[in-house]
Amino acid sequence: MSTTAATRERAADTRARQPGHSRWGWLLSLLAWVLGILFILPVAWTVYVSFHQEVDAAVSPPDFLAPLTTDQYEKVFGSRARPALINSLMAAGFSTLFVIALAVPAAYATGVKPIRQARGVLQWILSTKFLPLIAALVPVYVVFQRLGLLDNIWALVVFYTGMNLPIAIWMMHSFLKEIPKDIMSAAEVDGASLWRILTSIVLPLAMPGIAATGLICFILAWNEFMFALNLTATVAGTSSVYLVSFITSEGLFIAQLSAAALVVSIPVVIAGWVAQDKLVQGLSLGAVK
Amino acid sequence: MSATTEHAEANAIRVAKSRNAKRWRPLLPAVIFLVVMTQIPFLVTIIISFTSWNIMYPNDTAFGTLRNYEAVLNDRLMIAAMGNTVVMVVATVLACLLLGLVLALLLNRRFFGRGVVRTMLITPFLIMPMASSLIWKHLIYNPQYGMLRSIRVWLDDIGISLPFVNMTSDYPMLSIIVVLVWTWTPFMFLILLAGLQSQDPEVLEAADVDGASNWAKLRYMTLPLLRPYIELCIVLGVIYLLNTYDQVFTITQGGPGTATTNLPYAIYLTAFRGYDYGEASAAGVLVVIASIIIAGFGLKLISSLADDTIAPKEAAR
Repeated sequence: MSTTAATRERAADTRARQPGHSRWGWLLSLLAWVLGILFILPVAWTVYVSFHQEVDAAVSPPDFLAPLTTDQYEKVFGSRARPALINSLMAAGFSTLFVIALAVPAAYATGVKPIRQARGVLQWILSTKFLPLIAALVPVYVVFQRLGLLDNIWALVVFYTGMNLPIAIWMMHSFLKEIPKDIMSAAEVDGASLWRILTSIVLPLAMPGIAATGLICFILAWNEFMFALNLTATVAGTSSVYLVSFITSEGLFIAQLSAAALVVSIPVVIAGWVAQDKLVQGLSLGAVK
Repeated sequence: MSATTEHAEANAIRVAKSRNAKRWRPLLPAVIFLVVMTQIPFLVTIIISFTSWNIMYPNDTAFGTLRNYEAVLNDRLMIAAMGNTVVMVVATVLACLLLGLVLALLLNRRFFGRGVVRTMLITPFLIMPMASSLIWKHLIYNPQYGMLRSIRVWLDDIGISLPFVNMTSDYPMLSIIVVLVWTWTPFMFLILLAGLQSQDPEVLEAADVDGASNWAKLRYMTLPLLRPYIELCIVLGVIYLLNTYDQVFTITQGGPGTATTNLPYAIYLTAFRGYDYGEASAAGVLVVIASIIIAGFGLKLISSLADDTIAPKEAAR
C-alpha cells in the first residue's frame, strides 16, 4: 500500500517536472510555503511567548530583544499539570490498549476469516460513529454517577474505548485484509488454535497497522475534552481539564498559559507527525487510504 | 441416490453454519462492548427525552410526556442554537473545503520542502483543541496583547491603517469559525490530497498532448475525479463539526448573549447548568435525527469509496 502511494507520488513528481508546468512553478511553491507558515504561525507565536517572563509576554507588539527563560515550563511542571498529564496518559494509554485488544480479533473476523455477515456488521460499526457524542453525555453521566464512577479515571478509560473502537476496527480491517491468506491457511492446517493464530501470526504481521491504529486512538482520547470535563473533577482530571483554569485567568498569565498549552499538546503533535500518513485513513474511517 | 445428495447437502449447510458461528467468536467481545457503549446510552437518551426530569425537582419525574420536545421547540436558547449550529457548520465546511482544495493542489507538486510544509499544515489539527482554543482566545484575539493587535501596530508603522477590532466581542461567530477552519482545513486537505494522488497521471499527460489548458484540466478532469472525496469531506466535516464544543466553551462561552451558542453547548447548559435532563435529552435526540439523515448519505459514500475494503469475500472458504 505504501509502495503504491510512493509510486503515485513519483508519478506526480514526473508530471510536475515537465516543461510548461514550471514557468510559474516557483510562485506556486512560494504560495504553498506562505500558507504553511500562516497555518503554523499561531503555534510559533505560542512557542515564542512561552519562553518569556510574564511582563515581557504581555508587551504588544513583542520586544524581540526580551530575555528568554524556561521559567514557565518549570512552573507548569511544578503545578497541577503533572497529575493531569499522568491521568491523560492513563486514560489514553489504557483505552488504546483495550481498543487494540478488542479490534484485532474483531477485524480478524471481518477481514481474514470473514463471517458471512461481515459487510452488514462493518456498516453497523460505522453507523455507531455517526451518532453525535453530545447525545450520549446525559445518559453516560447519569450511569457513571449511579455506579459511583464519577471522577474515576477508569470511567474515562471505558468511555474512550467505546469512542475509538469503531475507527480501530475499520482501520485494522483494512490492514489485516492485506495479510496473505496462504499463511493463515497453513496455520489452520497445522491445527493452531485461534489464540495461537492471533498471537503468533496475525499480531507480528499486523504490527505496523496496530501501531498506526494505536497512535490515532491515543491522539483522539488524549485530546478529548467534553466528557473529561463532565465526568471528572479534581482527582481524575485530564490535561484538557487542567487547561480550564486558564480560560478566565486575570493578570499576567499568558506566558504560563503558552507553556501549559504546548506541554499538553506535544505528546500528540509528535505522535501525529509520526503517523501522518495514517491520520487521514483513521479519521475518514478507512474510506481513504 | 437423491437421498444421499440431500443428506450431503444438509450436512454441508450444517457444517457451513457451524463454521460461520465459530468465525463469529473473535468478533463478539467488540460487538457486545459497542452495543453496551453506544446503543444503550442512546436508548437511555430516548427514554429520558420522554421523561419529565429536572434534578432540581427529584420527586416530579414522569415518563410518557412530550413536554421536553415542546420545551426544546419553545426554548429561545435551543432555537438560537439550531440557527448558530447551521451557520457554524456550513461556513466552516465550505471554507475548509475551499482552502483544503487549494492546499491539496499546491502540495500535489514537487517543490523544495514539501514535507516540511505538509507537516506545518497538519499541525493545527493535532494541537489539543482545548489548548488551541486558549491560544486563539488569549494569544491571538486578545485586544491588549494579542497577535492581531501586534500585527495591526506593525502594519500601522508601515502606513497601513486598519480599524481596531475586538474579535471575540465584535465578531464572536467569525472568531469561532476562524479557529474551526484553522483546525479542520488540514483534515480536508489530507483527504483531497489523497484523492489527487489517486489520479492517473497518464490521463493528464494525454490532455497535455492535446493542448488542454490548466484550467480545463482542473475543471473537467481533476474536479470530477475529486467529487467523491469532496463529498466525503462534506459528510465527515458536518458529522465531526456538529460536535463542536471545546472552542465555544473556551473562547466565547456561547456569548455574547446566545450569539455563538451551538447545540452541544446548549445541551450542556441545559443539562449541567439548568439541570433539566429531560429537555437536554430531547435536544440530543433531535441532533441524532439530523445526524442520521446526513449519515445515511455518508454511510453509502464511505462504503462505496472503501468498496474494496468491505467487498464481500467468497462467503466461506
